[in-house]
Amino acid sequence: MPDLLIELFSEEIPARMQARAAEDLRRLVTGGMVDRGLTYSHAAAFATPRRLTLAVEGLASGTPATREERRGPRVDAPDKAVEGFLRSTGVSRESLKIREDRNGAVFLAVIERPGRGAAEIVAEVLTETVRDFPWPKSMRWGGGSLRWVRPLHSIVCVLSDDSGTEVVPVEIDGIVAGDVTRGHRFMAPEPFAVSGFEDYREKLGRAFVMLDPAERAEKIRHDAEQLAFARGLEVVEDPGLLAEVAGLVEWPVVLMNTIEERFLDLPPEVLQVSMKTHQKFLSVRNPSSGRIEAYVVVANRETADEGATILKGNAWVLAARLEDAGYFWRNDLAVPLEEMARKLDAVTFHGRLGTQGERIGRIASLAREIAPAVGADPDLAERAARLAKADLASEMVYEFPELQGVMGRYYALAAGEPPEIAAAAPEHYAPLGPSDAVPTAPVSIAVALADKIDMLTGFWAIDEKPTGSKDPFALRRAALGVIRILLENSLRLRLLDLFARARPDADPVELLAFFADRLKVYLRDHGIRHDVIDACFSLGGQDDLVLLVARVRALQDFLGTEDGANLLTGYRRAVSILGQEERKDGVSYELDPMPDLAETEAERNLFAALDRAEAALAPALGAEDFEAAMRLLAELRGPIDAFFDTTTVNSENAVLRRNRLCLLHRIRTVMNRVAVFSSVEGG
Amino acid sequence: MQNAPRSFQELILRLQDYWAAQGCAILQPYDMEVGAGTFHPATTLRALGRKPWAAAYVQPSRRPTDGRYGDNPNRFQHYYQFQVIVKPSPPDFQDLYLGSLAVIGIDTDLHDIRFVEDDWESPTLGAWGLGWEVWCDGMEISQYTYFQQVGGHDCRPVSGELTYGLERLAMYVLGIDHGMEMPFNDPDAPIPLTYGDVFRQTEREYSRWNFDVADTDMLLRHFEDAEKECRNILDQPAIDPRTGRSIVMAHPAYDQCIKASHLFNLLDARGVISVTERQAYIGRVRALAKACADAFLKTEAAGEDSGDAGAP
Repeated sequence: MPDLLIELFSEEIPARMQARAAEDLRRLVTGGMVDRGLTYSHAAAFATPRRLTLAVEGLASGTPATREERRGPRVDAPDKAVEGFLRSTGVSRESLKIREDRNGAVFLAVIERPGRGAAEIVAEVLTETVRDFPWPKSMRWGGGSLRWVRPLHSIVCVLSDDSGTEVVPVEIDGIVAGDVTRGHRFMAPEPFAVSGFEDYREKLGRAFVMLDPAERAEKIRHDAEQLAFARGLEVVEDPGLLAEVAGLVEWPVVLMNTIEERFLDLPPEVLQVSMKTHQKFLSVRNPSSGRIEAYVVVANRETADEGATILKGNAWVLAARLEDAGYFWRNDLAVPLEEMARKLDAVTFHGRLGTQGERIGRIASLAREIAPAVGADPDLAERAARLAKADLASEMVYEFPELQGVMGRYYALAAGEPPEIAAAAPEHYAPLGPSDAVPTAPVSIAVALADKIDMLTGFWAIDEKPTGSKDPFALRRAALGVIRILLENSLRLRLLDLFARARPDADPVELLAFFADRLKVYLRDHGIRHDVIDACFSLGGQDDLVLLVARVRALQDFLGTEDGANLLTGYRRAVSILGQEERKDGVSYELDPMPDLAETEAERNLFAALDRAEAALAPALGAEDFEAAMRLLAELRGPIDAFFDTTTVNSENAVLRRNRLCLLHRIRTVMNRVAVFSSVEGG
Repeated sequence: MQNAPRSFQELILRLQDYWAAQGCAILQPYDMEVGAGTFHPATTLRALGRKPWAAAYVQPSRRPTDGRYGDNPNRFQHYYQFQVIVKPSPPDFQDLYLGSLAVIGIDTDLHDIRFVEDDWESPTLGAWGLGWEVWCDGMEISQYTYFQQVGGHDCRPVSGELTYGLERLAMYVLGIDHGMEMPFNDPDAPIPLTYGDVFRQTEREYSRWNFDVADTDMLLRHFEDAEKECRNILDQPAIDPRTGRSIVMAHPAYDQCIKASHLFNLLDARGVISVTERQAYIGRVRALAKACADAFLKTEAAGEDSGDAGAP
């Protein structure tokens, strides 16, 4: 049982692509081998900036020869049939044999497949894998036509077992596979031969390459924590950044430095962004003050001066960056906030939706109208809306777009604005993702809702709606934001009312349906069925989401009970009979049924039960007590079941029949006051 | 490994010597205002077609929006780039690049050199490539790109392109914190000059002109003139009536494209172009670049037959 080692050695692979590429290599090579009948017991893949490596253990030494006989058409069958048989078996007409059986003489094809050695199969699979590798972006280089993420330099492909190591003969666009690789670009550039995965991994280790990305990340995390701990500091956790940094080095060397005192008055977010996005430094904070005071540099090599030159260089670069940031910070602070906001009058938001300034004007008046309903002061809400996006015109946000809102808060506070107004700057963008917190402060809520409603109604009015996977203006996210803000704060606002105030020319019904779709996606994650939402939403005019969801939850709970399930069956039976008969007769049985015509006891009871339920439902629904409404419906279950058990709807007496069909219609009408039960799926 | 250079110009001279030794033709800057070294026809146009090419040159570049009146330590509206282009990209291009760092005094045994993903794209040139920004101790010192497309055409073969941002690189190598304080010539020369002695005055003047004075109506008119002339040049029939030869005028047309691009940058610095208009202007320049690339591919320089065999 040989082991297989593959290494694809290239120029530097983007950090963000490495993990996926290692997994793709494993999947494609092992999948290709298995498809060809070559089995293995275990496979693991690794990535560094310069190599993708696959180690496969316990590979079969080859696939066995196979012989298969297949019976074909009779010898006197039409030519077409014979040709089809030849095509499907891949044998030639001359090699067909003839066999006598009960029905006469038939053709027989003998398909022989020779056994193949592991090396041959590996070569074939590797060539295919390299040629069709699913890089998110790939390129050509020099005069060649092969595509890879960056120029591919060499390939190791060896099979090894107790008897020795064999290089698999593969050549891909002039690159001949061998058993030679290289170590660290600077610390051990000389080539060396490897005999198998263990040997490879060990020699790489000596050549300053840590093959396993998880091991590199762990070393960085561990060393960074130790360095920070020694100075009484702690590393700010950032798993994404850690993984990225581990993908930028083959030999991680962790170094720490403190931030110069003169930069510590910059907002911590500014320090963090400069360090993270541009320099890939891990931030280090003082646990007692929460201040970011130091940073960790992950270098890709050891040096004779123990990193002194590297640290000095990094400090120099960071100083230049923070110098720049400080320059923006001071310039921005010198501009009055309202003047900053006015600059947005000259910035186009969207060709057909006017300037940012105009949009802000719309948000401000809408925020003012929303304010009382969310417990905010209208003046504060309006002013907050006017200032919330001012920082988009600041130099800092121009340089670091990810600081939008964050800077707005600092600039508002520096300008002496009240904290509610300052807080609206970052919070009105929230929630940015499904796990991002929603604003809870009334002023922030008013601005956040106004911002999103303006966006949605605006793009709806100019017919720029999301289609399929295309949602360039993130309107789905905006709608989800509105849904979460309303639900998580239990805010009783009517969406149709908001739409009309924001933009009467946006089709409110269609936009509300869009919200219903987003609501389904959102509630699905909370275990609520989409059809139950449909059943409530289909009542029409359901634009108070808090109320809608209360109804939905009560209905889903009810449908989970035995009463609920049986009542649903009864409802369906009623609707189904009614539908059939209405189609047959070409009329609608929508008149009120006459109690006097009730013949059976069960029929009379049903009349009475429906009367009771209808009378009691109105106040329960009026009080928004959906549990009570469900209980009232539950009481219909017995009478409906008894009615169907004892009474024939399609009586021979035409008058009785008509009356009973109208009674079925009444069951539907009464129940549909709570929800449109026909939208409920399953049973 | 050599000692660090002592001045801005020494760094440039060493890069030129090094790349000359690697077989590059050392060209001179293109004599027009451009935003980056890539705009030099020695890169943009020569990256097209099948003829091998190897060149290196300094290109003065202008980015009007980066003007800071000479106050910012490392942002200038006028700066220098050192550009290397080799077609087809040689297999040891990375090693050649690292060799160039050694000659300007960057010891890779002490410094941390990294190739960090940074794909290059020029929307105005309709060009893109994959590559990295090269980091030295966390500072970006070069852009390294394998050109994949220029003017909408696939590059076959692929060119390897290097761009060194000279001011920042020199400040780092010379250990200077403010660009204006960097020695331009030898600090021991009879008349030692700093970068500021050469450029502080011009940075101030151009910052003022770029941001507040440039006549936007005139710039707009010139933009349209350049666009029109570019089209006019390319619309001419290939056969020159005077000589009877086939002369496709890709380069004069491309000059107009460069002009349009720079005029757009000036308009942008004056803040008169809105976000939506921006895209439209970029699209207009790209259309010119594309047309010039189409024309260049018909020339001998791109490796085509001259097509004037029948000329008298």
